[in-house]
Amino acid sequence: MLDIKNLHVRAGEREILKGLSLTLEPGKLHAIMGPNGAGKSTLGHVLAGREGYEVTQGSVEFNGVDLLALEPEERAAAGVFLAFQYPVEIPGVNNTYFLRAALNAQRKARGEEELDAMQFLKLVRQKLQVLHLKEELLHRAVNSGFSGGEKKRNEIFQMAVLEPKLAILDETDSGLDIDALKAVADGVNAQRDGDRSFLVITHYQRLLDYIVPDVVHVLADGRIVESGGPELARELESHGYAWVKDRQSPEKV
Amino acid sequence: MSALLESFAQRWAELPEPLRAAAGLAETRKAALDALLADGLPANRAERWRYTSLRALGQRSFRASAGASVDAALIARIPRPRLVFVNGWLDTALSDLSDLPAGLSVRALGRVLPEAHARDVVHLGRRYSASDEVFARANAALAVEGAVIEVEADAQIEMPLHLVSIGAPESAEAAWHLRHLIDLGANARLTVVEHVLGFEAHAHLDNTIAQVHLKPGAELSHARLQSAGEGAQLFARVDAALAAGALYRRVDLELGATLSRLELNAELQGEAAAFVSGGAQLVDAKRAVDVRLGVDHIARDTRCDLRWRGLAAGRGKLSFYGGIRIREGADGTDAELSDRNLLLSDTAEVNTQPVLVIDADEVKAAHGATVGQLDATALFYLRSRGIPRDEARALLTRAFLVEAIEVAEQPALIETLSDALIARIEGAAL
Repeated sequence: MLDIKNLHVRAGEREILKGLSLTLEPGKLHAIMGPNGAGKSTLGHVLAGREGYEVTQGSVEFNGVDLLALEPEERAAAGVFLAFQYPVEIPGVNNTYFLRAALNAQRKARGEEELDAMQFLKLVRQKLQVLHLKEELLHRAVNSGFSGGEKKRNEIFQMAVLEPKLAILDETDSGLDIDALKAVADGVNAQRDGDRSFLVITHYQRLLDYIVPDVVHVLADGRIVESGGPELARELESHGYAWVKDRQSPEKV
Repeated sequence: MSALLESFAQRWAELPEPLRAAAGLAETRKAALDALLADGLPANRAERWRYTSLRALGQRSFRASAGASVDAALIARIPRPRLVFVNGWLDTALSDLSDLPAGLSVRALGRVLPEAHARDVVHLGRRYSASDEVFARANAALAVEGAVIEVEADAQIEMPLHLVSIGAPESAEAAWHLRHLIDLGANARLTVVEHVLGFEAHAHLDNTIAQVHLKPGAELSHARLQSAGEGAQLFARVDAALAAGALYRRVDLELGATLSRLELNAELQGEAAAFVSGGAQLVDAKRAVDVRLGVDHIARDTRCDLRWRGLAAGRGKLSFYGGIRIREGADGTDAELSDRNLLLSDTAEVNTQPVLVIDADEVKAAHGATVGQLDATALFYLRSRGIPRDEARALLTRAFLVEAIEVAEQPALIETLSDALIARIEGAAL
């Protein structure tokens, strides 16, 4: 469903992704691990369509569509969701209003009927229950004054409401204590339904104790240098990223 | 003499003698006119007119309004009780003051004035001594219409009163000078919603002064929705005097007109008086809005909270001056001013100037003024959730401005203001 081929991306003068290739099948959860500066967050941003990046080579196909040709909102409507590493505070915009506007914009773009206030509230209450979130969250401004944990849980809540085909989690574990981490992981696991695909970007292995990946990729210096099963994450944890670095460009040795 | 002032003098000459002399005001009016003609229009370098040049306007002349009629359906959404002026004249057909609650008196100055005693219209006796108080002087000389709103002591008026001023086309460009009084007795409470509207194309000049008198413990909630027509020139001035424990809560939406100037002055004369002012200025196309706040803390333990937001797009020009003076002896004063602006185009202009003058020792005073752009990260966040670019921009813009109208506190009022704001943003070229 997601096919990234030889992706090269620049931000300003700097080349960040240097020929990244990755294929993700429906229903699978792939983890992307790597040291700081490897290009993990860039990958998430480029897939979601953030400005400021230049794709110089390569392609990204999403369910047969050229993803890179779409505007961010078109990608969302096509089923791509990015859970932000730093969710943005938007004072003055009510969480419920925002989510309904987002969901209805997506539905409209897909030619589906928009939900009225009652239908939407029903859906939202149901999702809150699954994620064990308080309804009070709905009445607050988007992420405004939320704690770090609340922001991340709000991202997972949005994902639950928007029901994307592909969810990209950008360091959703960063800055979370163990309880918040478990809550987020529960939220993600609740949405693994055999169809939805996940790309979980993380620096640490600990998130993968709770969200068990099908495949682990190691991203270093702008490309995937190693892929394997869940055990790869544990190896990384014990050896550190230096171990990967030693193996990444043997031709240079 | 400039064509503008000549046309004011002409208007003076046309005023019927009995009206000009009513309530013993002949001398006051004449003195105001003479001072105006002697001092002329302020030069461009005059501090208080720095951002609003009167050069072009000074070349134009305006007749007295011959009156115009407006289809009642156009203001059907404005609730009653309401007092409606069209091109500066009371419109009895559109007004409805039946069933006013006990303790509230609303009259049109034009009805009161012919038989008034000086003591009935004391507010008209105010003199404007500064040479650059051009429009206040013109108003002092020429105003014969307006609203006289009085609330008895202790009366708690729950139902909002609507004050409507409409500009409509006439055969020539007209000027009018309205003079409102809002006077609340001790511990009285009132909500006033002012609507400044324009229908069809015209380029009239509306020069309105509102005097607000709040006796001890009185509370006035006041909203002014300025959505005048595209060609209109507006000069509005508010002078509020607050006695001990009085609260003046006010929200201004500056959304229309080609040029709108608002001078909003509040004197906190009594202990623990409070002035809370929120406002949103929106300029697009080639429109200009110039707001000047002047808060004077005279008594101790007084408070002001000034929260203004601005949006400049197209070739719009937005100016804001936030003046706070804390006088000697006004200890315990708490003054806060924030003016935040969004500059949405390269050709728009924002001028913001907070000025604090503090002559007391024990005070808390804070001010902040910013000019920036829509947050690109927030915009991407909304778009990444599926909200199209233009909708996301409108949403962020609205959220930015809405902060200023939350000071209105009454949910129904906030909704009215927010609806007006949203409708305007949707129609704007951002």
